Amino acid sequence: MAKDNGIGASVKRREDARFLKGRGRYTDDMNRPGQTYAYILRSWSAHATLNSVDTSAASAADGVVRVFTGKDIEEAGLGGVPCGWEITDKHGNPMKEPAHPILAIGKVRHVGDPIAVVVAESYQQARDAAELIEVDMTDLPAVVDMRTAETIGSAVHDEATDNLCYDWELGDGEATDKAFAEAAHVTTLEFINNRLVANPMEPRCALGDYDEDADHYTLYTTSQNPHVIRLLMGAFVLSIPEHKLRVYAPDVGGGFGTKIFHYAEEAFVTWASAQLKRPVKWTSDRSEAFISDAHGRDHVTKAELAMDAEGKFLALRADTRANMGAYLSTFAPCVPTWLHGTLLAGQYLTPAVHCRVRAMFTNTVPVDAYRGAGRPEATYLLERIINKAAQELGMDQAELRRKNFIRSFPYDTPVALQYDTGDYDATLDAVLEMADYKGFEARKAESAARGKLRGIGLSCYIEACGIAPSSLVGALGARAGLYEAATIRVNPTGSVTVMTGSHSHGQGHETSFAQVVSDALGIPEDQIEIVHGDTDKIPFGMGTYGSRSLAVGGSAIVKAVDKVVAKGKKIAAHLLEAAESDIIFEDGQYKVAGTDKAKAFAEVSLAAYVPHNYPIEEIEPGLEETAFYDPKNFTYPAGSYLCEVEVDPETGKVEIVALSASDDFGNVVNPMIVEGQVHGGLAQGIGQAMLENAAYDEHGQLVSGSYMDYAMPLASDLPSFNVETAEGTPCTHNPLGVKGCGEAGAIGSPPAVVNAVVDALRDYGIDHIDMPVTPLRVWTAIQEASVKQAAE
Amino acid sequence: MSTISITVNGQQKSGTAQGNTLLVDFLRSELKMTGTHVGCDTSQCGACVVHVNGESVKSCTVFASACDGAEVTTIEGMANDDGTLGIVQQAFHEEHGLQCGFCTPGMVMSIADILRNNPQPTEAEIREGLKGNICRCTGYHNIVKAAQSAAATMAGARQAAE
Ligand code: FES
Ligand code: FES
Repeated sequence: MAKDNGIGASVKRREDARFLKGRGRYTDDMNRPGQTYAYILRSWSAHATLNSVDTSAASAADGVVRVFTGKDIEEAGLGGVPCGWEITDKHGNPMKEPAHPILAIGKVRHVGDPIAVVVAESYQQARDAAELIEVDMTDLPAVVDMRTAETIGSAVHDEATDNLCYDWELGDGEATDKAFAEAAHVTTLEFINNRLVANPMEPRCALGDYDEDADHYTLYTTSQNPHVIRLLMGAFVLSIPEHKLRVYAPDVGGGFGTKIFHYAEEAFVTWASAQLKRPVKWTSDRSEAFISDAHGRDHVTKAELAMDAEGKFLALRADTRANMGAYLSTFAPCVPTWLHGTLLAGQYLTPAVHCRVRAMFTNTVPVDAYRGAGRPEATYLLERIINKAAQELGMDQAELRRKNFIRSFPYDTPVALQYDTGDYDATLDAVLEMADYKGFEARKAESAARGKLRGIGLSCYIEACGIAPSSLVGALGARAGLYEAATIRVNPTGSVTVMTGSHSHGQGHETSFAQVVSDALGIPEDQIEIVHGDTDKIPFGMGTYGSRSLAVGGSAIVKAVDKVVAKGKKIAAHLLEAAESDIIFEDGQYKVAGTDKAKAFAEVSLAAYVPHNYPIEEIEPGLEETAFYDPKNFTYPAGSYLCEVEVDPETGKVEIVALSASDDFGNVVNPMIVEGQVHGGLAQGIGQAMLENAAYDEHGQLVSGSYMDYAMPLASDLPSFNVETAEGTPCTHNPLGVKGCGEAGAIGSPPAVVNAVVDALRDYGIDHIDMPVTPLRVWTAIQEASVKQAAE
Repeated sequence: MSTISITVNGQQKSGTAQGNTLLVDFLRSELKMTGTHVGCDTSQCGACVVHVNGESVKSCTVFASACDGAEVTTIEGMANDDGTLGIVQQAFHEEHGLQCGFCTPGMVMSIADILRNNPQPTEAEIREGLKGNICRCTGYHNIVKAAQSAAATMAGARQAAE
């Protein structure tokens, strides 16, 4: 029977009511007395020398409080926006890391680069005044195409005349070459992993508020990780010590990665509020978001897979160019490297893998982590090339995969990871069953009778989540640790307040974390409050991204609970006049083993705060514990997705008729929330595969810069999904046995969709179409193939 | 600047607005009703949907001045009088039709409107009807289920009344 509370129950979300009644508190809903409004004048040129910025007319305009330019930033001696990860290139040299000023100094490097900020009494006045700013710029040749960036002879940064940030490699190149030389069959695939815009529905917003009397700053911001912002902005940009700076990210309307990063606007409003002695608020509009939120993906790749005569994988080689955009965003350098190259073993026993990545500077918006971050790119590479290989070898796509599955764990991959556990046959079997793979040929014939082409595409993904052991990421270049923190405050009457460093921006932590604590302490969920998002309330936190909240943040909570229980046992032993070693804690009771003597959790809690009868010599009063959990390894969610499409050969229109997903997330705390996460990921993955594309023209103008041109998946574009969470193989190294589910859908689905489309078109001899597989691309591919076939 | 009076969720409210002040800005800034959201600047996302004189309207596409004297219903007015969730809201809660909650006010308002015009929509009709509302979190799967379940609840209530 389905549980109705605790771990494993689909508990309805406690956060829903406030959102459903219009009472969410998002950053833009906050206003401070005396608040001013900032409007940012952004570059309309992709690459230009900034000769002069004349703000005199704007400064004199109605309602204007002050106009700021790069000069003010320079004179104030503010630091640039820092990068949080340093990659060492294949020669042992550090990546190129050019400065990223808060407002452009000397040059603009992408459309959207901030040139000046007008602060005024109203938003309207700030915007009107910005039109009066006179900017004199001399255009420079724009670097847009990564493939020619090295030789184009125009440098985004003087430090990198060839626009190369780093040239990195992973894996055994020699062993890979040797395996290729001996291979019976080699499949090659060249492709583009399209650039995407994360587009959380809540645009970014930042409100800086300086309290002169206390010499204290508060930043309200749309962030997935307020402590990380406090650390980066306080230490590297504004030189504000932590105790003088509060960063508060209240309800956040979706993140998907793009709200991880520290942005110039956050530093600007914080700093400017102290200059003006008034709060300064900036709210992005959607068009501005397109040219100022970090983008995602954007790889150009050549991949090769070497196989023996039976289809056993011998080696994989990948050569990728990854777009960094104009500046290095917070985690950008690690996305195409340690979050991409390391995933290239996939679910398979490929003995040798070699990956080379050249990260390029271009005159485009910075690119950083977006839902999946590197892992979707790796999965797409593998799962597409495997289908192409199956097509070439005339093998069934499921059989070729099965032939190469890893089946014994732990497994050390040739690309630096150790998978702790998994069962890839189980999720593959499940999805084939769910989607009636066997019945496909009959459905294909039925479609054909209606003049439609039916295709089926598989994708078996693995990802590395729960980032990650601090010592490991430190060795790989991270400039921070990646543990998580939690405090359990047991209140005198036995209710519990949990302070977590994870941040919820749609994931429902207030509900699922309470389930975890409820199970561990044996108290009802309504006795538990989850607090997050405020550096003044939470001891510390690294935040939410990389599907890490439950695996890392949840583990920190469990550790803190363990400490609470350990102390509670000491108190209970005293109260029950028993030896501490005889006390067991179960069902919310401290019991003397083997007797019926017991004290309830709340009784022990009360004793801790009213310590009249208390082991005061031995322990302090009070019951509050903090724990930091540093993961021992990544977690490895994995699964199989199967997509079935119908293509109209007359129009090129693709319809997804079914999408089935079987995921192994280890243990599941709240199945309803987990399925919701998969749904959302699937929609974004299908968006990438079929609709979304952040396209630049040769001048560096973002052609798809609003919802008019950037095709967001709509309800009418998507099917209902068939999602099942497998029994699962629990993670072996965290206390909850959980793996993380936030990104899986976006990782696993794009290759499933494209594999299905290519499968539908196989009779034309088509073996690849780049994403997004729009009707135009499909139709064009059909036309070109038909012409070719006719000529043969 | 002129004074605008509207009835919001049954209460008479007034405030000042310029000729080009949008209804959504009037609601959020002037009346401090922040339940209605702004998610785009091209009138496509639907985060701002409210009902004006019973019709579903994107409040980022109408001037506040044009609504002088109108009856406006926002998400803040969708709960029952006793504060419990209304039928559509409750369906969103039951079916996990929301994650970050940012699109939710607009979704609830749009679905209420869809069901008023078509009490028993098919899945395709619901999806078509939601074309003007973007959600980035849920993949729409559970939003569609919420709409279906709200339709069923309303049908049940109608039957019971007959
Ligand atoms: S804000 Fe009105 S449609 Fe987007
Ligand atoms: S719930 Fe987040 S955008 Fe819909």
